[in-house]
Amino acid sequence: MTQDKSILPLTVQDLSFEARGKRLMKEVCFTIEGGTRTMILGANGAGKSLLLRLCHGLLTPHAGRVYWNGDDSFSPSVRIRQAMVFQRPVMLRRSALANIEYALKLRNVLKAERQERAYDVLKKVGLGRLASQPARVLSFGEQQRLALARAWAIEPEVLFLDEPTASLDPSATHSIEQTIDAIASSGTTIIMTTHDLGQAKRLGTDVMFMHRGRILERASAEDFFAGPKNDLAQAFLRGDLLWWKRKEPYPGGGVNRVTP
Amino acid sequence: MIEFSEAFAAAFQLIAHFDADLYNIVALSLQVSLTAVTLAAVIGLPVGAALVLLSFRGKRVVVVLLNALMGLPPVVVGLIVYLVLSRSGPLGVLGLLFTPTAMIIAQVILITPIIAALTRQVIEELWTEYQEQLLSLGSGPVASIPTLLWDGRFSLVTTVLAGFGRASAEVGAVMIVGGNIDRVTRVMTTAIALEVSKGDLALALGLGIILLSLSVGINAAAYVLGGYAKKRMGA
Repeated sequence: MTQDKSILPLTVQDLSFEARGKRLMKEVCFTIEGGTRTMILGANGAGKSLLLRLCHGLLTPHAGRVYWNGDDSFSPSVRIRQAMVFQRPVMLRRSALANIEYALKLRNVLKAERQERAYDVLKKVGLGRLASQPARVLSFGEQQRLALARAWAIEPEVLFLDEPTASLDPSATHSIEQTIDAIASSGTTIIMTTHDLGQAKRLGTDVMFMHRGRILERASAEDFFAGPKNDLAQAFLRGDLLWWKRKEPYPGGGVNRVTP
Repeated sequence: MIEFSEAFAAAFQLIAHFDADLYNIVALSLQVSLTAVTLAAVIGLPVGAALVLLSFRGKRVVVVLLNALMGLPPVVVGLIVYLVLSRSGPLGVLGLLFTPTAMIIAQVILITPIIAALTRQVIEELWTEYQEQLLSLGSGPVASIPTLLWDGRFSLVTTVLAGFGRASAEVGAVMIVGGNIDRVTRVMTTAIALEVSKGDLALALGLGIILLSLSVGINAAAYVLGGYAKKRMGA
């Protein structure tokens, strides 16, 4: 982990986003401190992936600000301290090792160091023997581990994970969770979306529950799973379908403004 | 029918006996077309990629124009290059008219839009897949151009081969700017046209067979390369 000034806390203020005239994110506010593992939960279409993309700078909000340690300019020095792993891994058409070396090259790591660092991280995720294999012929689970390795190699201060175990079998899921745990233990702050409540329990220190582009509840993982205060979050935990639920304004109008 | 088969037999004899005239023409054709396709690729590949990745005013108009230029009439290109390079033209002082260089210039003008337009299509598809990942890794649009060209290399080889196919089969422009001068600017296509008009079907057919073989060879290479890429790299 680099010893430069931290980019955390991440502060999101009144974040809104629209697409095709439809408001998908509505005045979301929160702060995430360093060293946490925040699990973002919610049904499909709740805005979880959108929130990650807005925070990571892949999308520009229509209103509101994203502050990294008080700075909302999203400068290159902020960008290079974070990484994101997508639900569907995107592998470049080159070897597994070269995929990681590419990420290191973009971080201006010296050529002499790249191969060694790339190989080290491949070994950490159990892909050392596949280093010279073309990345795109690896299995889906291996590709996802490679995507994690690529993100880990650049030693990000913050790692965004968008449903990293979607469509994976329990064995591959276990392997990915172990890697995420190791990355978090190395000092990286994790912000992750998932539909897997067990996974959120196993990995998370904090939970944010989203519904229709708003954050309805934020709590420590322990408190959330012990009994969320919000009725929709309670229904979500029970396994009820939320798609038909509540279209009226949220009580008090301040539910969206949550604090850890 | 007898004349046809005799012509074929004579053509194969010319090829088999390494006829000097025939191979001079083939060598010059390859020299001109390979040089032209190399230059067109150097220009067309980055231009095609830049048209996907860079945002600027009038981009759509440029794309439409580029696509339209794929169908540039060779004789018109030949005429324009002729006017520019002729003694009274703006570049007449260079004395390039009726030289292989003039033919290369005409072919570059003809095939650069083809390579650029096809490259744009390949890169657009790749960018759709890579965009979020590359931006996330910190590679901006300009920095992503070499990455996309490299990762699209197998498809882009086909694009360049398409350009080479067009260049080697072109006759109108090179006839006008080259003049079809024996041992100086005579290439396969112009030689075929000339020999047919003279009634020397053997040489014309010999050249035709070589030209067809080249075309088949290029397509086979593209097919094999595509298959290899899919199997080896999952491209």
